Amino acid sequence: MPRLPAPPLPKGLRPRPKPPGDDNGAGVADTLDPLEAGVTAVDWIDERTSLTPVGRWLLFRKVPRGVNWYYTLGSATLFAFLNQAVTGVFLAMYYRPDASGGAYESVRYITTDAFLGQFVRGMHKWGASVMIILIFLHMGRVFFFGAYKYPRELTWIIGVVLLILTLAMGFTGYLLPLDQRAYWATVVGVNINAGGPFIGPYLSNFLFGGADFGATTLSRFYAIHMLIIPGAIVALIGAHLYLVTKLGITAPPWLKAEPEKQFQPETDV
Amino acid sequence: MNQAEKEAYLREYSILKNEGKPFFPYAVAKDAVMALIVMLVIIFLALLFGAELGPKANPTTTTYVPRPDWYFFFLFEVLRVMRKVPDFTPMATIGVPTICMILLFLLPFYDRSPERRIERRPIALATALFAIGAMAYLTFSGANTGSPNTVDLKPPSNFTAQQKATFTKGELVVGQSGCLACHQIGDNGNNGPGPVLTTIASKVPPQQIASTLLNPTPPMPSFKGLRQQYPQKFQTLVAFLSMLH
Repeated sequence: MPRLPAPPLPKGLRPRPKPPGDDNGAGVADTLDPLEAGVTAVDWIDERTSLTPVGRWLLFRKVPRGVNWYYTLGSATLFAFLNQAVTGVFLAMYYRPDASGGAYESVRYITTDAFLGQFVRGMHKWGASVMIILIFLHMGRVFFFGAYKYPRELTWIIGVVLLILTLAMGFTGYLLPLDQRAYWATVVGVNINAGGPFIGPYLSNFLFGGADFGATTLSRFYAIHMLIIPGAIVALIGAHLYLVTKLGITAPPWLKAEPEKQFQPETDV
Repeated sequence: MNQAEKEAYLREYSILKNEGKPFFPYAVAKDAVMALIVMLVIIFLALLFGAELGPKANPTTTTYVPRPDWYFFFLFEVLRVMRKVPDFTPMATIGVPTICMILLFLLPFYDRSPERRIERRPIALATALFAIGAMAYLTFSGANTGSPNTVDLKPPSNFTAQQKATFTKGELVVGQSGCLACHQIGDNGNNGPGPVLTTIASKVPPQQIASTLLNPTPPMPSFKGLRQQYPQKFQTLVAFLSMLH
């Protein structure tokens, strides 16, 4: 198995050779300079976690020849998710899931009074649309490149679950401002669910927290929107990325390995 | 894929991978550029369109036309079209998307051919193009249809041209007034809490229709305001309802 060489460290971070004539090393600790302290801290953590090989495995793995801009759609989706997480945390600092008027009032406060409130809310709202566009484009890339085939089937399945969860985020988040549009779209949406076969009525009952839109519906949507689904998404993104790293990024399907290079994989460029 | 094909793929892939470059910094640089573009697009959209907040939710209104966010327009459109066949509505709005999701989920299990180039996978290509086209069409028409509360009835064929014109205008007024939130007319609207209006004219004379519109039984809203502001519209509404035999 060919191993990647360890990346060269910058000069300042290289371990210094022991000073000559110092047998027991007692003088070294006294003269630690700040740069070495950094190395020592990394060493201290690494000694306990062994994270350095993991980081090297994650960052210095090779991506196949021919990887192009279409391959950035996955990480772009991840970035859009991070945008949602950060702006969502700021919105949560002001939002009150109170169906009797507090929710609408707090969103009105965010939109009109809070510093940069409308901007952050706008970023959260439009970030959702951007994330959904990106997730579909990413799925299209994977489909057209045949990247879901062996050995990456499980990566695809996790991706489909992530797509469903993202759409569920869009649906649950739509209610939270509790204006007319939010309320009626949610009532209709949940009623559509209620029409579904077998589990439909139970699902709508669970979402509404009863037979109809009631006092607990909003807090239910809030909990789903900012605790349940984000937790699941984060966990599944972790699994997705682990598999991507472990199995490697697909090569573009039109590329073939050059036959004369097959017997000398360690070629120089 | 059988075992030989799997091994052939892994061999081929390991060579291609070996010919490639390290993830950091080459792929990371591209990802960072893309992330920057995504960030700028989001900021641009947020600054340009912001986030509006409509009027406060009011569960007692019946005239409000619900609209989802754009990425659910396709579902909304399916619902709108399928309302005319109530028996199939749940199947179309829940069943079809669920089946599509299951098909998507199980894709690697039924598409097991080793071929990865899209131009050599005609079925996959056709299916993908059809799915993209269908989603785009449904989203587009969902975005462009007016209220799902519009009435869509054919005027009886024995009507004169003038009667037909009144009938069409009346459909519009009924749609705008939100009658269908509580009443059913033909295959349109909700059956309840108000009575079905499909054959209302054969039960109630026009005079009484007009007086009910003005002095209804609660919770139905009164149409006195409509008569004062737009007497023409009110007359059309009465005339239309009186045609529903």
